Amino acid sequence: MAEETPWQQALRYANRADPYPFYAELRKTPVARQPDGTYVVSTYREIVTLLHDPRVSSDVRKLPARAPAPAEPGAEPITEAVIELEPNIITCDPPEHDHDRRTMTRHFFGPPHAPHQISDLEPDIRRIVAGLLDGMRGKTRIDVVDEFAYPLPVTLICKVLGVPLEDEPRFHAWIETALDALDFGPEAASEEMRSRLAGARRSVKELAQFMSGLLGQYAERPGPGMLSAMVHDGGPDGRMSEGVLVSNAVLLLFAGHETTVNLIAHSVLTLLRHPEALEELRRRPDLIVPAVEELLRFESSVQFWHTRSAVEDIDIAGTTIPAGAPIFLVYGSGNRDPERFTDPDRLDLERPDNEHLGFSQGIHFCFGAPLARLEVQAAVGEFVRRVENPRLVVDPPPYRHNQIFRGPRHVLVDIDGIRD
Amino acid sequence: MTLSATLAELVRDFRANGRIVIVGASLAGLRGAEALREEGFTGSLTIIGDEPYEPYDRPPLSKQVLKGWVPADHTALPRFREVEAQWRLGVAAIGLDRATKQVRLADGEQVPYDRLLIATGTRARQWPDPAEAALEGVFSLRSRDDAARLQQALAARPSRVLVIGGGFIGSEVASVCRELDIPVTLTERGSAPLVGALGGVIGEIAAQMQRDHGVDLRCGVSVASLEGDAAGHVRRARLSDGTTVEADVVLAALGSIRNVEWLQGSGLAAGFWGVGCDAGGRAFDINGVVTDSVYVAGDVARAPHVLYEYQFLAMEHWDNAVFGAEVAAHNMVNLEPHYRPHLLLPGFWSGQFGVNIKSVGVPPFADEIVFTQGSVKDRCFAAAYGRRGRIVAAVTFDHGKWLEYYAHLIEESAAFPPPPPGWDRPDVMKPVPAEFPAPGVPTAIPDVVLTGHDPNERRAEFRPRGH
Ligand SMILES: Cc1cc2nc3c(=O)[nH]c(=O)nc-3n(C[C@H](O)[C@H](O)[C@H](O)COP(=O)(O)OP(=O)(O)OC[C@H]3O[C@@H](n4cnc5c(N)ncnc54)[C@H](O)[C@@H]3O)c2cc1C
Ligand code: HEM
Ligand code: HEM
Repeated sequence: MAEETPWQQALRYANRADPYPFYAELRKTPVARQPDGTYVVSTYREIVTLLHDPRVSSDVRKLPARAPAPAEPGAEPITEAVIELEPNIITCDPPEHDHDRRTMTRHFFGPPHAPHQISDLEPDIRRIVAGLLDGMRGKTRIDVVDEFAYPLPVTLICKVLGVPLEDEPRFHAWIETALDALDFGPEAASEEMRSRLAGARRSVKELAQFMSGLLGQYAERPGPGMLSAMVHDGGPDGRMSEGVLVSNAVLLLFAGHETTVNLIAHSVLTLLRHPEALEELRRRPDLIVPAVEELLRFESSVQFWHTRSAVEDIDIAGTTIPAGAPIFLVYGSGNRDPERFTDPDRLDLERPDNEHLGFSQGIHFCFGAPLARLEVQAAVGEFVRRVENPRLVVDPPPYRHNQIFRGPRHVLVDIDGIRD
Repeated sequence: MTLSATLAELVRDFRANGRIVIVGASLAGLRGAEALREEGFTGSLTIIGDEPYEPYDRPPLSKQVLKGWVPADHTALPRFREVEAQWRLGVAAIGLDRATKQVRLADGEQVPYDRLLIATGTRARQWPDPAEAALEGVFSLRSRDDAARLQQALAARPSRVLVIGGGFIGSEVASVCRELDIPVTLTERGSAPLVGALGGVIGEIAAQMQRDHGVDLRCGVSVASLEGDAAGHVRRARLSDGTTVEADVVLAALGSIRNVEWLQGSGLAAGFWGVGCDAGGRAFDINGVVTDSVYVAGDVARAPHVLYEYQFLAMEHWDNAVFGAEVAAHNMVNLEPHYRPHLLLPGFWSGQFGVNIKSVGVPPFADEIVFTQGSVKDRCFAAAYGRRGRIVAAVTFDHGKWLEYYAHLIEESAAFPPPPPGWDRPDVMKPVPAEFPAPGVPTAIPDVVLTGHDPNERRAEFRPRGH
């Protein structure tokens, strides 16, 4: 068997807690062709260059189905089988991308003359965070993921979109099933992963049907939130078609919390591993704004993105990415690139010039970044202020399976109490 | 002591005890002062400005201020650090004696310097007929006071505004008028608005955009005279085509004049296009010899640019003032080999008629243009400019996110036309002539100008261009 590439090794579940040594190896070839024909881009400069190159497409319809892994000859190509969704903004190109993103922006940030929708959520965010911390009173051991990191983003995205919170157990299960099946590494061919795929397909379908039903209800009876607004008012760019609307709604629901959960969990984990930084933050609460940026650089919630491909041959870093080849941009590695960040493996809450790739750049720059920042700043800031003497119980903690949305499954912490 | 130790000592001593004077207390002057302190200069610093105000920002003056969103006196530039300078505001520098190293002020004082930074920028070209220019209701727009006066006049809801000149400032003001629902006529001597800066192909799009927003646009005509009523208020303009325009507010947006008069007799290479300097901001004298103690930055500077055949480039852009001042400041307190070049790719932005226009490079250097992304019909596109098969500039309408890609291509002198994008291709992707006015054809003067290879502009044309 051929030796595995650094990229394949980085993707192995056993390395989920610490893919960074493999990324360092990977960066020796900034644009590295993989055996399946994918081009993996791991250095900051090359990632940024490709993010701004109009010959790179994010449109999944232009992405050739990946060759099935050799272990399963005749297996169906994954792309169509899993994703029966129409393209949403993260998987399409201009002009559709620009129209649809503009329409969504109107309903997310409010009309241009009342751009306060996001900051208006701050009191809600603070109340939810306070409630979660109050709920830990009397406990000596907590799971930061289940009891703290997860409930905040999911409650908020439901409120912003207008998805009933009662449906959370259902969509949570669908998303988890799908996420656990997503694998881009050597383990994808295993019996285990192949059997998970069937479940994932069903789950994504059910998620889409659920969304479609919800949008249908809002079409008949308007309600609060962004989904209802999008059904009824497309703004100057016109209304999206039913299928596109469903797909973007799924994207928002999913992107709106998975990433944020992981960042909150990783932030707590990272701070507990760096007691000086934790102490500094406790003494200077204002540091929370740059701190969250650094934490996102340090442990990126979106490790890489997988829907891009070259539409033309692209010469970059001594390689030609041929037209049609899939391109993975590895944000998690670019964020640790020593050519861009001095001493990149050091946590520096006051890192100057911290233009990290945690939210990407260019036209697909994270749509929800203002909301995500607000949530994580409030959550981590209050955790640091209120939780007495937090200590990690297991290090490294167990990780979730997913490679893109990398995050701990549980972070057990012993505590002495909760301050007021 | 070795020579290099002596030089190091010299630099240390200058940083501690030197005297630096900055003339011009605006964007380049302030950022230069901040950069000097940041570089560790702790000697005496004097900043001389003829305006009575602390440094303020000009781009909002033709945008947010005129709309009434931001008062003219709320435009102070943010301060990034303490500069601990002696500020001499409200007094002009009127002379420079390089032999005794002194700046002469209008109040008679002489200010000695060891190193001097010239940052006197430009001023608005006034309507050429002084009597007509003095009519009430005739404005120009460069300063905070200009903006406050014009804003007041617009708030009084004039029956019609006449904008003379279709450059960026003229076009932005016309846009504000339409936003405020005030009738507006814009006259441009060239074939279209923005033609000097962006060429005829883009100018035609800008023209259509203006007409769609209800601007009464008259191209290829000039204003022959302005007429007032008995009370001395402007009432109408006579155009070169024999027509008249009734208007009670007139804005002369005729481009700018470099503030170099005070340098007369100084022996510096100062002229119509500003003060010639090297890529490190060091001023040239009239013989083309670089000086050691006089530096230039901002709108008043012109320096050779590697990407444009080393022609002297004069840029009236915000980021040029900031970066140019930072480079000059660095070089003022360092010696070879620690000099830094100012190799900024020119760039600007403008907001008008709801569209964000951005550009990089030097469009007028080009002979061809090609649309590369998006749709002209939707006024949402990118276009690249080429000269002899290489890309030299780009412009975007509501497509600014892609500018960085083109900047990259320009820096690499990549081939023109650039490779087609993967998606969102314009209907036509064939290079066409960019249609810049031939030299000498009257139009609004572009705000990025290649001014030849001569540091001293001896052959430059000094005749003021009136309309
Ligand atoms: C209305 C308006 C809108 C603009 N919009 C944009 C835009 O959208 N994008 C963009 O990139 N650029 C824009 N610009 C251009 C930008 O503002 C200038 O590039 C920038 O101000 C240049 O800074 P500066 O310090 O070199 O010169 P200036 O800002 O002109 O400052 C020079 C200063 O020196 C003073 N001075 C002159 N002579 C003397 C003397 N003899 N003694 C003492 N002081 C003196 C002047 O009074 C002035 O205060 C705009 C300009 C205007 C007027
Ligand atoms: C810490 C939290 C978050 C992180 C780290 C994050 C990260 C990212 C990244 C890296 C991308 C670009 C993907 C690509 O390469 O194309 C992206 C896109 C996107 N994100 Fe986020 N995200 C976060 C939170 C959110 C939230 C809260 C929302 C919704 C409210 C959201 C909605 C989106 C959407 C809709 C896109 C697609 C944008 C486009 O393609 O134009 N994200 N995000
Ligand atoms: C919302 C629109 C989405 C689009 C357009 C999309 C896009 C894609 C694409 C193009 C692939 C194929 C990648 C490849 O084979 O190289 C893929 C794989 C996959 N996606 Fe997504 N994704 C979306 C949302 C989701 C969501 C919300 C989930 C689950 C929560 C999910 C789970 C999966 C799974 C399980 C795979 C199979 C991975 C594999 O084994 O290769 N997708 N996705």
